[in-house]
Formats: sequence, structure tokens, C-alpha cells
Amino acid sequence: MASKKIHAIYTDDDLLMQAVKQTRAANYHISDVFTPFPVHGLDHAVGLAPTRLAITSFLYGLTGLTVAVVLMNYIMIEDWPQNIGGKPAFTFYQNMPAFIPIMFELTVFFAAHLMVITFYMRSKLWPFKKAENPDLRTTDDHFLMEVDIANHDVEKLTKFLYDTGASEISLIENEQDH
Amino acid sequence: MSSHYEAPIREPLVLGDKSYHDISVDVGAPVLGKANKSWWIVFTISLIAFLWGLGCIIYTLSTGIGVWGLNKTIGWAWDITNFVWWVGIGHAGTLISAVLLLFRQKWRMAVNRSAEAMTIFAVVQAGLFPIIHMGRPWLAYWVLPIPNQFGSLWVNFNSPLLWDVFAISTYLSVSLVFWWTGLLPDFAMIRDRTTSPFQKKIYGILSFGWSGRVKDWQRFEEVSLVLAGLATPLVLSVHTIVSFDFATSVVPGWHSTIYPPYFVAGAIFSGFAMVQTLLIIMRKVSNLEDYITILHIEYMNKVILLTGGIVTVAYIIEYFIAWYSGVPYENYVYLSFGAATGPYWWAFWALIICNLIVPLTLWVKKLRRNIVWTFIVALIINIGMWFERFDIIVIDLSKDRLTSSWAMFQPTFVDIGTFIGTIGFFFVLFLLYARTFPVIAQAEVKTILKSSGESFKRLRAEHGDDHSHVIVQEYPANAGPAANVEDKNFDTAFSDSKAEDNVDTVAAEANKGKINSLLNTVGTFDPKVEEQDDLQKINGIGPVMEQKLHQIGIFTYDQVSRMTDREYDLLDEIVSEFPGRAKRDDWAGQALKLKNKN
Repeated sequence: MASKKIHAIYTDDDLLMQAVKQTRAANYHISDVFTPFPVHGLDHAVGLAPTRLAITSFLYGLTGLTVAVVLMNYIMIEDWPQNIGGKPAFTFYQNMPAFIPIMFELTVFFAAHLMVITFYMRSKLWPFKKAENPDLRTTDDHFLMEVDIANHDVEKLTKFLYDTGASEISLIENEQDH
Repeated sequence: MSSHYEAPIREPLVLGDKSYHDISVDVGAPVLGKANKSWWIVFTISLIAFLWGLGCIIYTLSTGIGVWGLNKTIGWAWDITNFVWWVGIGHAGTLISAVLLLFRQKWRMAVNRSAEAMTIFAVVQAGLFPIIHMGRPWLAYWVLPIPNQFGSLWVNFNSPLLWDVFAISTYLSVSLVFWWTGLLPDFAMIRDRTTSPFQKKIYGILSFGWSGRVKDWQRFEEVSLVLAGLATPLVLSVHTIVSFDFATSVVPGWHSTIYPPYFVAGAIFSGFAMVQTLLIIMRKVSNLEDYITILHIEYMNKVILLTGGIVTVAYIIEYFIAWYSGVPYENYVYLSFGAATGPYWWAFWALIICNLIVPLTLWVKKLRRNIVWTFIVALIINIGMWFERFDIIVIDLSKDRLTSSWAMFQPTFVDIGTFIGTIGFFFVLFLLYARTFPVIAQAEVKTILKSSGESFKRLRAEHGDDHSHVIVQEYPANAGPAANVEDKNFDTAFSDSKAEDNVDTVAAEANKGKINSLLNTVGTFDPKVEEQDDLQKINGIGPVMEQKLHQIGIFTYDQVSRMTDREYDLLDEIVSEFPGRAKRDDWAGQALKLKNKN
């Protein structure tokens, strides 16, 4: 099924914010917004749910901590206990103070890298990925709001967007939904 | 908008009348332009130094560590000095991007990219030294806890040297990821601005297909914040652990509980000095003086003052405690009366003068804001911090508990060559970076333009804090943003389908993008202040063409004279009747002559 969208281009972030709010208030559906820099509060204005990446990072950090504990317990306590500089190696608990630096490093290592990998996967960012910003100027100084036409009247909607301050408006017909 | 308010007493962080587009242009210029002669000269010198260092490293590895100046008493010298020096330098980048992000310091945005680049390149140099020192670097993987052919001979997790392996590799990889994530939107900007297909491809790959969706930005900001939160303790832990290499030993002068905080402060101190050294040159060479301002330099000088002060206090405490302990061996440590008057007096005083005395001049505001003086001080601190590590390692080792084994250290040409080689390697990497990477986090700078830009601050000063900051080049709704008035300025959005019957009119609405892009370069015509010229005087422009140019918005010779091949092509696309005419007749050249005649 063909989905029709309208791309409205703005030249200013404040104007875009206002347009987003007005468009949402008029019950049009904004399917995406492309901006050259993070516009403060835009995600909230568009109505996006907060991201859960910080939570995943916390869980990854716990994973890293567990890996560090299991690794060092196996190597230093179970598999090959040694007397190194008189540091007690009978139990993990006794030897633990010497393990804290690595427990910390691995926690950070897992939390940081796995979170970033999750971010790249979720946002579909990787080498050789084709960029999907519909207008090249959206990485420079233009702001593009994509509005679903659905069953709205195109003329009315474009006029509405024009009055929100859009400097350019174009009609996009996609053959396949994605 | 009140959300852009910033106290007027704060000096602007972005100078000049900048728009968002200007920032893209200024940051993209070094990448999209050509390298000048001085770049090639400095690059060649660095490359020669690097190759010399590479030769020294190969000589070391093929012959053995014996080619260094080490002796039985001083078993660690330049290698570990250079290692700690480079790791220390590698601290400012993540400090700027992480700690200052948590503290919401806006000035970090102009300097964080280069500081992080410097961090990564410096840590690469640092990592070289332990690997060379292993003697057999192809067995470097033995430092990792992997099952091996010697039964279960594991690495020793009680050792600070192994902690170093984990700390530095975590630090390097997390800094790299932090840096690259921040680079994605800026690579995307270069990708979308370049006209060369090769660059487009390369930056397309580097930018990971960044599109700037609102959801991506939301995640981007969250990831940046969490990474900053993780990197802040990380950056402190790295130099803490480096200091453990010494502090957990029983050598007098090394066995010191003050080491972790003192090393961290020293690392930030030397890291900022290196940032100053690099950025003072780069802002000049790459024409970024509007972004890396005198204010940024002053802020960094204040950080240098603070961390230099901490280091000073640590030195004094070390000196005092060594004396107060009454232990005779402590009189040989690097901060003691014995060191100040002994055979290494020159190293002791180099440390005191470079790290304690010279930075004190930065208390004077005039000197703090003096670029030349800042540069000199930064160089002196770089030297002083190298001597600090040299003093800690060599002076402390040179007089051990057995008088008969006291010795001095004499570096060989291999020691010196390897060190100079890493400096060369560092500059090779940094110079390549400065030519190929967006050296300023332009996306972030754009977010502070309205609050901290000079022109916007001036607007607020003139028109009050509620002044609208909307930048609009061409306003369909002239009454102001989004005044939803019926039928105002609105004909029809998609005229191209029906209104094609009138041959003489340019399909203005359909070509709006092209027209805007054309006008962006040639400039718009303001009937209030300018007068329109007789375009028909240009050979090749007749009455029909003139009318079309007027419809597009071109009225003056000045505008026509700014046209290049790109604009000719755009014009041909908009007005399809006379393809190639403008180029053939060289309208721009003709217009320039007519303009100068007027």
C-alpha cells in the first residue's frame, strides 16, 4: 500500500519546535523529524517515549562485574592459587581488595561498549549503512518534519504546514510501507 | 526565546555573526579544502621523526633492551617515564568531554573533539612503551588471561602492572567509542556537504549512515551522558592505577599513599598543557578563532592553575613528609634536600621551576589571556611534567639502600630516538586528523549558538531577553512564526501538476529547493537597499531570460557574478530552455565587469 507523507522543511529550531507542537495539537501524525543537532525537548514534543539505553547500560555493567568476579575467582582462587607477596589466596573474599581495580574496569568496559553497540543496533548505525535523511541540508542547517497524510486532505494539510512557518513543502509517495 | 537565555555577563563562546550554516562551513573548510604548505612541512618533519623512532624500535627489538641506557640500579628509565608522560597527556580529552559534560560546561564543546583525539593518540604512544619493554612484543597477548599451553599458567591479578593492562585498554577503547559516537553527526555533515564522490563515499562509511532522526538524537544524548558518567571514574581510575605501579612497591619515594590523587591532578595538568599547545596552533591554522576563543584558552588556563596547585601541594607534602620521617633513605627521594643538592639537582630544579613557579604567572589575568604567553607556559609545563616522571623514576632509583650500587642514568641514542619517534608519531596522527576529521563538534556548537553566540547575545542586549531568535532566510509567514492566518501567502503547494500551461513562468514552487540553494550562494536581493541592474546588458540574456531570472530572485550583477558551474547547472535545471548558455557566455565574468563599471 502506498503511504503518502509530507516533508516540511524549517530553517530554525525554535520554529520547528513550535511547528511540531502545533502539528501535534492539530492531530496530525508526525512520523519523523530530522535535525542537524539535538534540539532540546524535541523528543518530548514529538511524543517519543524516553530511551531505555541507560537501563541496559546498568544491566551490562552488572554483567561485566559478574564476569570479573567469576574470572578472577576461577583463575586466582580455584584453578591455581598462589602465594603472591603474602596476599591471602584461600578465599575470594580475602583476596578481593586486590581485585577491585579489575572489577571496576570490566564493569565500565561492558557497560560502555555494550551500550554503544546496542545504540548502534537500535538506531541502525554501522559502516556501509546508507544514510536516510531525505534532504542533505538536514545535517547542516535545515530541519525536516515528516507528517503522515493518512486520510487528511493534502491541500489543507500543506496549507497548515505552510502557515506553521515551513519554508519548503514536498509530497512524498512511498510505494512500500516500512 | 527565553530558553536560550544566558547571563549577559558571560562572554560569548562563538564570536562573529554566525548562523548554523556558517558553523558547518567553517568546520568543514579544513576537510573540504586543500592542505597549505605549512601543513606539509610540519607533516614531513613529524613523519621523519616517526620513521627515526620506528628505526630505533626495530633496533631495540632485534638487538635487545641492552641498547637502552639502563643499568643494574636504574632498571626503569625513559621507557616508563615516557609511558607515564603520554598517559598523563591522554587525560585531558576525556576530562573535557566527560567531566565537563557532567558539569554542563558549554565551553567544552569547541575543544572536546580535538582534546579527545589528542587523548587517543597519546594513549597509543603510551601503550607502545610497555609493549616494546616486553622485549618480545609478539608475545604481548600473554598479558591477557587466556588458557595457554603451559598448563594453567595464569596472569597475576594481584599485580598493578596487570591492572594497568585492563585500565589502559578499557580507557583507550571507551575513549575511542565516545569520540566516534560524537563524530557521527559531524561526519554526516561533511558527507552531505562535499561534492566529491570519493569523499561522499568515505564519509558515508565513517558516519555509519547517520541521519539525524529525533529518536537517534534522543539516544545519542542519553548515550553521551551515560558514557560521560562512566568515563569520569574511568579517567580517574586509569592514572590511579598507573600510580599504583609505583605506590605498591617498597622503593623509597615510590611507596607513597599520596600518589593516586597527585598523579591524577598531574595528568590533568599536563593534559591541558598539551591541549593548549595543540589548539593554539590549530585555531590559527584552521581559522577557528571564532570558536576556540581567548575565553576558552583562559578557562583551560584556570584548570591548569587548579591542577597545578594540587600538584604543588602534593610536592610540598612529599618534601615535608620525607624530611619529617627522619629516615635517611628518604633524603634521596626525588623531592628532598638531597635531591635538590645532589647529582640530579638540575632535574629537581627543572621540575620545580616548570611545574611550580612558571604556572603561577597564570594568576595574572592579563597573562592568562595572552596567547603567546599561554603557549610558552604550556610548553614549559609539558617539559616540567616529563621531568616529574623522570625524577620519580630515575632519581628515586639512582640511590638505593646499598651505597655501592648507586648509579647515574645515561640515555643512549635509542632512548632519545624512541621518545622523539613517539612525538613524531603523535603529530603525524594529529595532523592527519586535523585534515580529515571535523575538528570541532559542530552539532554541539550549534546547540549553544543561540545562548552563547556573540550576535545573539548582542540581540538580547539590544532588544531584551524575550527577543525572538528564529533564523529564517525566507519567510512564507512574514507576520512571524506560525501565525496561522487564513490564506496568507499561500497559493498552492504543488503547482507543477496543473499550472504548467503558462510557459513563461518558472515552476517556482516545484523548484523551490533548487532556487533556494541557488540564492544561498549568489545572495538574495533586497529591494529596500539595493537597485536592480539591467541584466540584458549581459551577452546571452534576453528579455525572456531576464524575466525568468527575476522570478528566481536574481536582479543584480553582483548576484550573477557569484555564479559558478554549480549554479549554472542549477539554473539549467530550473530554466530548461537554454541549457549550457550561461556557462558558454561566461555570465559571471561579464557580470563582474559590469559590476565594477558601475
